[in-house]
Amino acid sequence: MDIIIEVKNLTKKFGDFTAVDDISFSVKKGSIFAFLGPNGAGKTTTIKMLTTILKPTSGMMKVNGYNPFKEQDDVRRSFGIVFQDQSLDDELTAYENMQFHGVLYRVPKELRKKRIEQLLKFVELWERKDDFVKDFSGGMKRRLEVARALIHHPKIIFLDEPTLGLDPQTRNHIWNYIKDLNKKEEMTVFFTTHYIEEAEKVATEVSIIDNGKIVARGIPQELKNKTNTSSLEEAFLKVTGHTIREESASATDRLRLRQRMRRR
Amino acid sequence: MKKVQVLLIACAFASGCGEDKNMVGIYILWLRQIKRYFRSKSRIIGSIGQPLLFLLAFGFGFGHIYQKAEGGSYIQFLAPGIIAMSVISTAVFYGIELIWDKKFGFLKETLVAPISRFNIMLGRTLGGATVASLQGIIVFFISLAVGFRPVSITSLPLAFVFVFLTALLFTALGTAIASFLEDMHGFQLIMNFLIMPLFFLSGALFPLEGLPRTFSLAASLDPLSYGVDGLRDTLIGSSYFGLSLDFFVLTIVTLVLLAIGSYLFSKIEI
Repeated sequence: MDIIIEVKNLTKKFGDFTAVDDISFSVKKGSIFAFLGPNGAGKTTTIKMLTTILKPTSGMMKVNGYNPFKEQDDVRRSFGIVFQDQSLDDELTAYENMQFHGVLYRVPKELRKKRIEQLLKFVELWERKDDFVKDFSGGMKRRLEVARALIHHPKIIFLDEPTLGLDPQTRNHIWNYIKDLNKKEEMTVFFTTHYIEEAEKVATEVSIIDNGKIVARGIPQELKNKTNTSSLEEAFLKVTGHTIREESASATDRLRLRQRMRRR
Repeated sequence: MKKVQVLLIACAFASGCGEDKNMVGIYILWLRQIKRYFRSKSRIIGSIGQPLLFLLAFGFGFGHIYQKAEGGSYIQFLAPGIIAMSVISTAVFYGIELIWDKKFGFLKETLVAPISRFNIMLGRTLGGATVASLQGIIVFFISLAVGFRPVSITSLPLAFVFVFLTALLFTALGTAIASFLEDMHGFQLIMNFLIMPLFFLSGALFPLEGLPRTFSLAASLDPLSYGVDGLRDTLIGSSYFGLSLDFFVLTIVTLVLLAIGSYLFSKIEI
């Protein structure tokens, strides 16, 4: 199988702090790749570098055969992404958010209309297409974001904790659709999650990152065999330890909290 | 009526730019700002209240003294300044709104899309400038209602050019500031220590003739002075700097700010 994402000796430093420390890995085309790790391990930083929004300190990356820093537009057309935190425009309707994305990715008008309808129907938001996103629940927003990321039929989809805060029904629903696309369209899925049982169920490959370094990788069964454990969650705890990680609250989190209070 | 107006502008934009692929991205970013503007009714009403208050309080409060000092009608003199005031406060606000998008996620969606940072910033800035110009037009109509009368109808299009240039300049300034601000804390600071001084120095409320040397020097360094002056020239036919100097200074400063803004915008990491 072909390699669709290749990373060699990738490093990202913020001042003295090394968020990603000389990691190398590759993702096979058509696989469902789980990128696991405790809070603050470097997962999101790695995704930001792969998706052209953060410049690496050093190292080499190839996404769909392109360099995220020299061939930005080619890389950007190759992937869709669902970010860890919300990235919808609250003051636009669901349909307008979809349309905005379709236009930015230059999906031709007729095709755009067709896909938006298809996707919104799939995530069961077609009836609410003209409602403002600010009136949606967390789960509805998530579903909309997944639908949006697929409008331009990307080769790779990055999902940064896509099912966080969703009920099992919605989670199942989303995963079934993603698995389906993965099979039919050979779309590669690159995702992070804290629900390790979820990763165990869907992932064809797993890498575990901790303190900026990759500490284990392989197919879920291999990892269990290697660590002599019966579930991926136990294997995960064995390689990353039981200590609870501290993550400092960023200015973003504080601001978000304040806005929420103001809305009340 | 507003919807028709927007549609017309949108069509003009779309037909002019639709061919070029980059323009489509700029257009959709522009359209987003316009839609957001027309949906925030409270913001529109709020931003009409302040200029109206200024027009009434200053216009009628100082009108008598101004006339005694042989300055003529103060409302005539004041209205262009108040139009400029509403334009800059809206423009700066829409520029600074970038912080919101940066913090609440939507900016990321545009940053990973196949469109250059420069075009993102251009689309946003044009959107903000359009909204600020509309605001200026609204305040123009309000000032008509309180007794303002422009001297000639034919120079109104030229007045609009000055409104748009001023709007563009200050949206670009807002965007540049928002590129390095982390959160909205700095917003009040900027309003109080940058925008208000620029407004008071600009001659929006009083004539620049016969001021102390340092004051008139400061006024001539304030880009808003040229916006107010250009508006006053086109609306009531009196000018301090002269129309061509107004136009020249506004254009140059706008270009410089757009360049600085796009540089800072290209450095944003989230």
